[in-house]
Amino acid sequence: MTAVLEKPTRQLTPKEPRQWKGPAVFVAVAIIALVVMPLVLEPFRLGLLAKYLCYAIVALGIGLAWGQGGMLTLGQGVFFGLGGYAMGMYLKLNDAGGDLPDFMVWSGVEDLPALWAPFGNPVFALAMVVVVPLVVAVLLGTLVFRQRVRGAYFAILTQALAAAMVILLVGQQGLTGGTNGLTNFFDFFGNDVAAESTQRGLYLTVAIVLGVLYLAAWQLVRSRFGRLLLAVRDGEDRVRFLGYNPATVKTITFAISAVMAGIAGALFVPVVGIISPALLGVVPSLELVVAVAVGGRFALAGAVLGAVVMGYAKTYFSEELPDAWLYLQGALFILVMTLAPKGIVGVATALRARVRKEASA
Amino acid sequence: MTALLEVRDLAVVFDGFRAIDGVDFTVDSGELRFLIGPNGAGKTTLIDIITGLTKPTTGTVVFDGNSLAGKREHERVRLGIGRTFQTSVVFEDLTVLENLDLAASFRRPLWSLLRRRKGVIAAVEQALETTGLADLAPRKAGVLSHGQRQWLEIGMLIAQGPRLLLLDEPVAGMSSEERARTGELLTSIAKDHTVIVIEHDMEFLRRYASQVTVLHEGKVLIEGSVDEVRADPRVQEVYLGRAREEAAHDAVT
Amino acid sequence: MVEGFLNQLPIGLSIGAVLLLIALGLTFTFGQMGVINMAHGEFIMAGAYTAFLLQDFAGRSAVLVALPVAFVVAGLMGLLLERLAIRHFYGRPLDTLLLTWGVSLVLQQVARDLFGAPNVQVLSPTWLQGAIGPMPYNRLFILALAVGSVVAIWLYMNRSAQGRRMQAVMQNRQLAATSGINTGRVDQRTFFIGSGLAGIAGVALTLIGPVGPTLGTYYIVDAFLVVVAGGLGQLRGAVIAAAALGLLNSYAEFWTNASLAKVIVFAAIIAFLQFRPQGLFVLRSRALT
Repeated sequence: MTAVLEKPTRQLTPKEPRQWKGPAVFVAVAIIALVVMPLVLEPFRLGLLAKYLCYAIVALGIGLAWGQGGMLTLGQGVFFGLGGYAMGMYLKLNDAGGDLPDFMVWSGVEDLPALWAPFGNPVFALAMVVVVPLVVAVLLGTLVFRQRVRGAYFAILTQALAAAMVILLVGQQGLTGGTNGLTNFFDFFGNDVAAESTQRGLYLTVAIVLGVLYLAAWQLVRSRFGRLLLAVRDGEDRVRFLGYNPATVKTITFAISAVMAGIAGALFVPVVGIISPALLGVVPSLELVVAVAVGGRFALAGAVLGAVVMGYAKTYFSEELPDAWLYLQGALFILVMTLAPKGIVGVATALRARVRKEASA
Repeated sequence: MTALLEVRDLAVVFDGFRAIDGVDFTVDSGELRFLIGPNGAGKTTLIDIITGLTKPTTGTVVFDGNSLAGKREHERVRLGIGRTFQTSVVFEDLTVLENLDLAASFRRPLWSLLRRRKGVIAAVEQALETTGLADLAPRKAGVLSHGQRQWLEIGMLIAQGPRLLLLDEPVAGMSSEERARTGELLTSIAKDHTVIVIEHDMEFLRRYASQVTVLHEGKVLIEGSVDEVRADPRVQEVYLGRAREEAAHDAVT
Repeated sequence: MVEGFLNQLPIGLSIGAVLLLIALGLTFTFGQMGVINMAHGEFIMAGAYTAFLLQDFAGRSAVLVALPVAFVVAGLMGLLLERLAIRHFYGRPLDTLLLTWGVSLVLQQVARDLFGAPNVQVLSPTWLQGAIGPMPYNRLFILALAVGSVVAIWLYMNRSAQGRRMQAVMQNRQLAATSGINTGRVDQRTFFIGSGLAGIAGVALTLIGPVGPTLGTYYIVDAFLVVVAGGLGQLRGAVIAAAALGLLNSYAEFWTNASLAKVIVFAAIIAFLQFRPQGLFVLRSRALT
């Protein structure tokens, strides 16, 4: 049966001209990111860019889940945090070298909690960076999507999860470091985590991981699964009558986006040197969704662009005009949602179309 | 002939309103069956129950010897039951070809969907040819006219390769030219499929129907050939009379 | 143990009452207009600051004076938001969610600039100090406030022509519009009343805690959960869900600890949705959406 289905027959449509613009832009951006930026930017600025690129990885996942799949997830911070804490736990244990991590001593913990013990093993910790977000997302996705809970309900539930996660982390002082989270890292796989060379290496790692995940996401979007995802976004109930279970499609996509956020969180920890509840609650989760909206949610590139642009904007305005930032962020948000719901990418596409029209007229 | 679909003693109650009230209904393999009845007779509800959109309050639906109780919509599609909707729903952001390709691909294992589509699979090509949409294949479905959308939906249904096709008012809102084309399409599909069509249009019914089931107030009023049904006084009373009046009215204006 | 159990009851009920006051506005704007208003939390904050400001004039009885004033202040804020922005986004809940979050950020910053970032205190009336058994007067007052509001809303919806029009719009907007109902006017009223109730919730919160620019953010997520569990636009559903959530929250805190309570509540909601995916009560619709 499959063999028959598989067999391609005569081409009904003329072959599309090979797309070269997309790959060309990708290569150009990759060269700028991997070669130019490390040469041009001073270490502090390069570190900031590395941070934004971590956010861009989360944004890529949001772009996939929300832009392509219509699942507005307001709780990506949860997965970011799960990945981050997994990495942070390993680093703390590694630094402690057999003793208790410093914050546990301060909060009067006497024995290493059972939850922590296996994270001393780097392979286990790195595996958990992927596995824990994956399991949580699959569990939540299965329970929620199977019951056809969607749209705003789903958004509200993910937000509630982010809120609950923060309260849980803050409350478990001895286990999680409470409000301060996990910080004061020294060694990163044999390197001084603060050293310039380590930070440059980390930047390159983040950039490469982002590039690889971007290509993977792009491939996914172009595949049949990607078409199916769009169909689920635009008419979930209709998709059922095409013989697919939308819940499966959504759960898979949600899980992919969660894993991306987990990886981003794990990379974030050595880059920035901290993971704490304030970095993964309702507000940071929403900020990333905003970034995706600003960049353009319907294009993967828009999500990445939005995360970097909003990251820079936040840093710049918090440095220059700290009081104005919240106004600006709010205003920007209102403006984008009302005037340019397709974000920067949408505006750029419209402008290009207009220029082309004028050129041909 | 064997029964492909058997509906027994079916009833569904919405907040006390009996939309379907004790329906027995059998469709044989290879049959083309028309389902008619005035508004609110329960036609669409019956199809909703068969396809899993609505849960029956009592009664059973058996498809090819399997009870459909507890089966969800997509599982019924996988058994071979396909349907269209009154207001056609196609995926506007996908091209005509992609719409058909998705419809034809649901039997593939999920992982194989991760590859890009290369070329056009046979089922899709056949659907394009049957529906006459081949020229529009690369266009976004959002730009199609109302009639073309309906054909695309029928095409998607054919591409699914179902064993039972349920068409909910396929010619509603179509021009007479489009109706004629849809009729031909229907005739050609019915040659090698089992089809149930809900239709209001009497002219269309007279031309293309053979076996007709009349629903009225959630019950089967009569079943038979077009002529038998048209001749039945009860049908004239509840349905045809009104339609004739309308037809006469149309003829005058 | 028994005493602890009893002490938890007024806390749970009064939190439920506040959640209900907040959720009523959300469930009606969501159910009627398909709008998710994240700035609703800031209407709570506005109500609370109204009480704070009125202290200068009304002293310890500020709370009583503040109730009607806060209702109008928050209601007008909601009306303004609806007119200026939200009405362009009807039926696009996710977009309104993000849009109104931007509004919410701005309003929080406005509060910070006007009143300062630190929390302020509203002194509760002396006649609210004391208790009947385990039930402190202030929490009893909040409970009465919620009961009164629900009764008022029920009477409005079922006994007044305006309220019936509101129900008609909620059930079928197009049909209501073609039957000659001015749906825009109905939407404005719903927004005004819903936002006003959030203002009242804000006044109520001053009786049990301090007031700060981010006051609303602590309650908005739970209030949305009430909407999810109660069912869209459902008065009965909201009442039951709010009471259940308030009690569950306070007892989960009592038996485990505050940090686990939220996780337990979240798990309970997910479990509940396995049985009632659309909440306790559902508006029926035949359309394939």
